Amino acid sequence: MIGMVPITAVIGCIGIAVYGILFGLVLQGVDRKCAARMQARYGPPLHQPFIDIAKLFCKDNIIPKNAVTSVFNAAPVIALAASVTILLYLPIGSIAPVLGGWGDIILVLYLLTVPGLAMVAGGLASGSPYATVGSQREMVTMIAYEMPLAIAVIAIAWRLYAAGVTDPFSLVTIAQTPVWSIVGIPGIIGMLLLMVAMAWVTPAELSRVPCDTPEAETELCGGILVEYSGKNLALFTLSGAVKTVAMATLAVVLFLPWNITWFVPLAGAAGIIADLVFFAVKVLLVVFFSVSLIRVGMARFRINHLVTFYWGYITLIGFAGMILLVLDAMLGMGVVA
Amino acid sequence: MANKPVYNIPIGPIHPAFKEPILFTFDIQGEQIKGVDFAPGKTHRAIEWMGMRRNPVQIAHLCDRICGICGVSHTLAFSRAIEQIAEIEVPERAHYVRSIIAEFERIQSHLLWAGVAAHELGFDTLFHLAWRVREEAMDVIEYLTGNRVNYGIVQVGGVRRDFTEDQFPRIEQALQTYEGLVNKLVTLFLEDTTIKLRSMNCGVLSERDALELCTVGPTARASGLALDVRSDAPYAAYGDIEVKPVLPDVYSDGIHGDVYDRIVVRLFEVVESIRIVRELMDQMPVGPVLWETKYAKILATCKKAEGEAIGRVEAPRGECFHYVRMNRSEAPEAWKVKASTYSNQMSWLNILQGEQIADIPIIVASIDPCMSCTDRVSVIRDGRQDVMTGEALHRLSVEKTRRLQE
Repeated sequence: MIGMVPITAVIGCIGIAVYGILFGLVLQGVDRKCAARMQARYGPPLHQPFIDIAKLFCKDNIIPKNAVTSVFNAAPVIALAASVTILLYLPIGSIAPVLGGWGDIILVLYLLTVPGLAMVAGGLASGSPYATVGSQREMVTMIAYEMPLAIAVIAIAWRLYAAGVTDPFSLVTIAQTPVWSIVGIPGIIGMLLLMVAMAWVTPAELSRVPCDTPEAETELCGGILVEYSGKNLALFTLSGAVKTVAMATLAVVLFLPWNITWFVPLAGAAGIIADLVFFAVKVLLVVFFSVSLIRVGMARFRINHLVTFYWGYITLIGFAGMILLVLDAMLGMGVVA
Repeated sequence: MANKPVYNIPIGPIHPAFKEPILFTFDIQGEQIKGVDFAPGKTHRAIEWMGMRRNPVQIAHLCDRICGICGVSHTLAFSRAIEQIAEIEVPERAHYVRSIIAEFERIQSHLLWAGVAAHELGFDTLFHLAWRVREEAMDVIEYLTGNRVNYGIVQVGGVRRDFTEDQFPRIEQALQTYEGLVNKLVTLFLEDTTIKLRSMNCGVLSERDALELCTVGPTARASGLALDVRSDAPYAAYGDIEVKPVLPDVYSDGIHGDVYDRIVVRLFEVVESIRIVRELMDQMPVGPVLWETKYAKILATCKKAEGEAIGRVEAPRGECFHYVRMNRSEAPEAWKVKASTYSNQMSWLNILQGEQIADIPIIVASIDPCMSCTDRVSVIRDGRQDVMTGEALHRLSVEKTRRLQE
C-alpha cells in the first residue's frame, strides 16, 4: 500500500474532516443550548457556533510583537489536523474507519495528546504571561488525565484479548465486539467504573468546566488562547469541536458500541443511515452527560485540586475497574496465556 | 523548587475577573503569589467636584449615581449630613421608608455579589440562578420607587414617595419568596463541594488584621468583628428595632475569616434583612414623609446653613461615609465621600499574599469591591505628585477629546 494512496482513502479523509467539523459545531451548539436551558436561560440558537466561526474567519490574525511567529501560526493548524486524524481511526456507526488498517487504539491515545501539545506550544510561543501560565496548566492537566484514560482503553482491549478475540487493540474489533456481552457480573461492575472514569476524562480532555483551568476566563482571560484572534482562533475552535466528536466517538466505541442494524433487519444504505443516526444520538448523549451536565453542575477546579482529583480518585476508580475486569477474566473465560 | 524564577503578571486594568478597572501587579512563583501591588484610580468621575457646584437637593440625586448598587446608602449618608447641618427634622415615617428601601437594596446587592462570586469560581449556573433570584428584589424596588437602579427616593428632608397601604402585600409576598429561597441558596452555596473546596481557607483575614486595616462591613464581620453602623450608631429607623451584626459562626463552625465565611455572612445578612423589613413594616407610623413639600424652602434652609457634619450609613458593602461642610452658600464648601471599598481595599495586600493564581478573582471579589465609588485621582509624574484642580482636569479632558477627534 505504501507509495500508492487509494482514492477512497483520500475521499474518506476529506469526508471525515468535513463531517468532524460540521458535527463538532452542531455538538457545541447543542451543548450551549442544553447548558443554557439548565441555567434557566434561553441560550444562543443552535447554529451560533457556525456564525462564530464564520465571523472569526473574516477577521485578521493579530500576532503579538514578542511571539515566535512560526510556532504561533503552526499550532492551530497542527491542532486541527491532529484532531481530524484521530477521527480517521474511529469507526462511525457501521462505517469502518478510513485508516483502520494502518494503526490501532494506542495510536489514538498518542494522537489525542497532539492537539493539547499544539496548544501548549502555541501558548508558550505567544509570549503572554497569561498564555504561559495557561500552557503550564495544560501540561499538568494532560499529565493528570492521561493515566485514567489509558487505563480505561487498555483494560477493555486486554479483556477482549483475554476472551480470545483476535486483534483486540484494533478499534474495529472493539466496536464489533461489545465488551459488555463477554463479561460476567464483576466485569460489568468494572466496565461501569471505567465508564465513570471515562466520563470524567472527557471534560478534562476537552478543557471544559470544571477542568478549564488552562483557559479559565476569569483567571487568565482565556489562558492559552489569550493572544489568538481571527483565523488562528477559528482553527483552534474547530480543533476543539472536532476533538469533542473524537472523544465522544471514542467513548461510544469503547462503551456503547451497539449498532441499530444488529437488532433491526435493515440492509444497504438504509442500514448505514439508521446506524449513523443511532450513532449520532449516542454521541449526543455522551456529550450531554459528560460535558454539558458536568459543566453546569460544578465550579472550576484549582490546578492542584484537578491533579488530586484525577491522580487520586479517577485513577483509583479506573484501577478498580481494571482489576474487576481481570478478576472477571480469571473467574469466567480463563486467561488466554 | 526554591530556585523557581519569580515572574510578573499584570492583572487589569481591564480583566474579565474585574467588573471595573483596577490594575494589580503580581509577583508569581509557579502558581503562588509572592507579592501584590495594586493601582486604583482608573475610573475617576469627578463626582465630588461636580457636587461642589450644585445645591444639596441636586446633590442628593447625584449621590444616587455614585454607585448603581448602593444608591440609597450614598444618598442617605449625604442627606443625613445635610439634615444635621441645616437642622432639618425628618418625619418618622420617612425614616421607615428609607430603611425598608435600604434593606431591599442590601438583599439585591448581596445576591448580586453571590452571583459574581459564583462566576469568579467558574460556577456559571449558580451565577445565573443568583441573579434570577435577585430580580424579585429589583422588582419590589421598582414597584416602590419607580426605578430599578438610581432609585431617587431619598431626598433632603425625607423621601419623595410614600408607601400606600395596598403596596404592603407586594412587599410581604417578596419577603415570603425570599424566605422560601433562603434554604435553597444556602444548600447551593454553602454545601456545594466545589465551592467549599475553593473558598475554605482561602484569602484568610485574621481578626487582628481586619481591625488594624480598618475593614468595614461584611469583610470585617466575616473576620469576627461585630461592626455594623446600624447597631453601633443607629440611623433612620434602625434605632427602633434591634439589629444584630451577622457573624460567620451562625452557620460555619467558628470564625475563620476566609472567603467561605464572607459568603456565609452575606447570605445570612439577607435573612436578617428579611426580618428587619418585616419588623419595620409592622411598626411603621403614619404621617408625612417630607419635612417640607416646597423645595424652595428646603433650598433656602440649606443655603442659610453653616457648619459641618458627617453621615454614616451601613451600605451593603460596609460603612459609607459622607463629610459635608456648608458655609452659607448654595453649594457645599466641602464634600468628601468615602465608600466602603476604600476602607476594605488595603486588606487585599494581606489576603492575596501566598495564595494561588486561581484564587485571585474570588479573593479580589470577596470584599465586594466597587472601584468607581472609591477612585480618587492622583497623578504621579517623575515621582512628583501634582494636585489636579477642576480647571486642569477639564483642560486635560478637552485636550484628549481633540486628540481623539484628529
